[in-house]
Amino acid sequence: MTARTADPLGRVPVALVVPAALAVALLLVPLAAMVAAADPAAILDALRSPALQDALWLSVLTSTLAMLVCLALGLPLAWLLARVAFRGCRLVRALVTVPMVLPPVVAGIALREAFGRGGLLGAPLLGATGFAFPYTTWGVVLAHVFVSLPFVVISIEGGLRSAGQEYDAAAATLGASRWTTFRRVTVPLALPGIAAGMVLGWARSLGEFGATITFNGNYPGTTQTMPTLIYVARQADGDTALALSLVMLAVSIGILVALRDRWLVPG
Amino acid sequence: MSGTPGELAVRVAVPGRLDLAFDVPRGAVIAVVGPNGAGKSTLVQALAGLQPATGSALIDGTDLLALPPQRRRVGLVFQDRRLFPHLSARENVAFGPRSRGVPRAEARAAAQDWLDRLGVGDLAERRPGELSGGQAQRVAIARALACEPELLLLDEPFVGLDVGVAAALRIELAQHLADFGGTTFLVTHDALDALTLADHVLVLDHGRLEQAGPPAEVAARPLTEHAARMVGLNVIRERTRIRAFPPSAVSVSLHQPEGSARHRWQGVVRSAAPHGDAIRLRIDLPGGPQTGPQTGRPAVGERSLIADVTPSATRDLALSPGRPVWAAVKETAITSYDVPAGAG
Repeated sequence: MTARTADPLGRVPVALVVPAALAVALLLVPLAAMVAAADPAAILDALRSPALQDALWLSVLTSTLAMLVCLALGLPLAWLLARVAFRGCRLVRALVTVPMVLPPVVAGIALREAFGRGGLLGAPLLGATGFAFPYTTWGVVLAHVFVSLPFVVISIEGGLRSAGQEYDAAAATLGASRWTTFRRVTVPLALPGIAAGMVLGWARSLGEFGATITFNGNYPGTTQTMPTLIYVARQADGDTALALSLVMLAVSIGILVALRDRWLVPG
Repeated sequence: MSGTPGELAVRVAVPGRLDLAFDVPRGAVIAVVGPNGAGKSTLVQALAGLQPATGSALIDGTDLLALPPQRRRVGLVFQDRRLFPHLSARENVAFGPRSRGVPRAEARAAAQDWLDRLGVGDLAERRPGELSGGQAQRVAIARALACEPELLLLDEPFVGLDVGVAAALRIELAQHLADFGGTTFLVTHDALDALTLADHVLVLDHGRLEQAGPPAEVAARPLTEHAARMVGLNVIRERTRIRAFPPSAVSVSLHQPEGSARHRWQGVVRSAAPHGDAIRLRIDLPGGPQTGPQTGRPAVGERSLIADVTPSATRDLALSPGRPVWAAVKETAITSYDVPAGAG
């Protein structure tokens, strides 16, 4: 946060530095307080508990699966929004952003009406295959996809737009079909935006709580993710919840840093 | 891909921007000149299929405009080159053949061959970001030629290059265009390009064809002010008659000239810049040109003149921008010719 004294444009205005420093403090102080309050022994105990190991594994697994589904569905949608002026394009973009502003609990209820055992799509699915999403790991993935997909689509669309449509035109004059152009030109050039969208979607899934617990309940081993485990622990024992929270913090930061080094470095 | 005889017949329109009709011999190099906004790039984009246009462009009975861009066999060298930044020079050149179904190894070998012919074979592994402007332009030309196009479209290929680099590339390009069997459209602002590289010149203005012909003819008898400026001439148009004169024939004074100068104009110096041994003035004619009382007929379309004066005259008369001056030219220095019927 220190401004370079040799900045040729002059001193950095105090009116900007002070709020910026406040913003950093607001984000860091709670996390630091949590770290300071933690008991190392409790953390070690928590790490050894099978409930945490199950929940952590389930969180990483479902978030990763959700991210892959978001990529498979979201990249084509983002491409259509960024490259094709189809009728209703603006309406689709507006609809895509709805889950971003929806309270996650409402998302869970909506998912129930669609994919619950008696839901619009859930009932025929149950009749045809005997499978129902709620209270399963696939239900967790579905809830994650629902809340994360808007972030992934909007982020990738931005990446595709800034990647430069003019290269698509160049590829067309060289005889490339739109599919070839998509694979060999558009996606490679938009890779930083795509990676950012995936990380954003993954992080959103990792923290997802409301839609997941509403749609799937809280069954250890199948639907209990880290946020739901922490919520349940908080009801019973604050210290355990604190220890679990720190593990969650460490895992989140660790994975984001690892992804950043591997994926998000410009160039 | 040999330059078989025949014509390329183009009738192309883009509402509000372009409305052209011309026939050019196949295999020719056609320079497309005109001021900014004349429609040069629009023509190129329409031929490449990147700009929706109505009309037709017939080669051997095939209408180019009816085909999607991928199937037109047109090689376009963009003004900004547009090499794919994530691919090496070789992969950039191999992209076209690969997209048309040539196996990978074969496409790479062909790409290397094209890079060698353009003199940048040793840079095949480099990304576009690691190439100089001239090198990148050579790769871009190789990329367009590697598709073995019927039409090669070069959109201001020397823009943004150092003078020396552009000169070297111009000489080489002449050789490559001679080897290339297809038809080339070369968009340029430079009379030198039109005169040295082209067999045929199209002069565009306001989206319309103002003049078409061999370069020497267009240079000797330009019909538009822009074309005249390109070859360093002034033109005055009086209805169907054009009067052209070189800037060296214009005499500049601070007071209304007397004597035998038949044509004289009052104006204001807009710019002054060295041009060879002389100083080239651009003189705005706010009221338009005034021909002598002998004719008394106002000419149309001209707004400025160029005049070459000596550096000492520039100093003595303080000919800096904003200075009101008189310009005059003797009748004997003027070449007159008719505007051909249908042109303009």
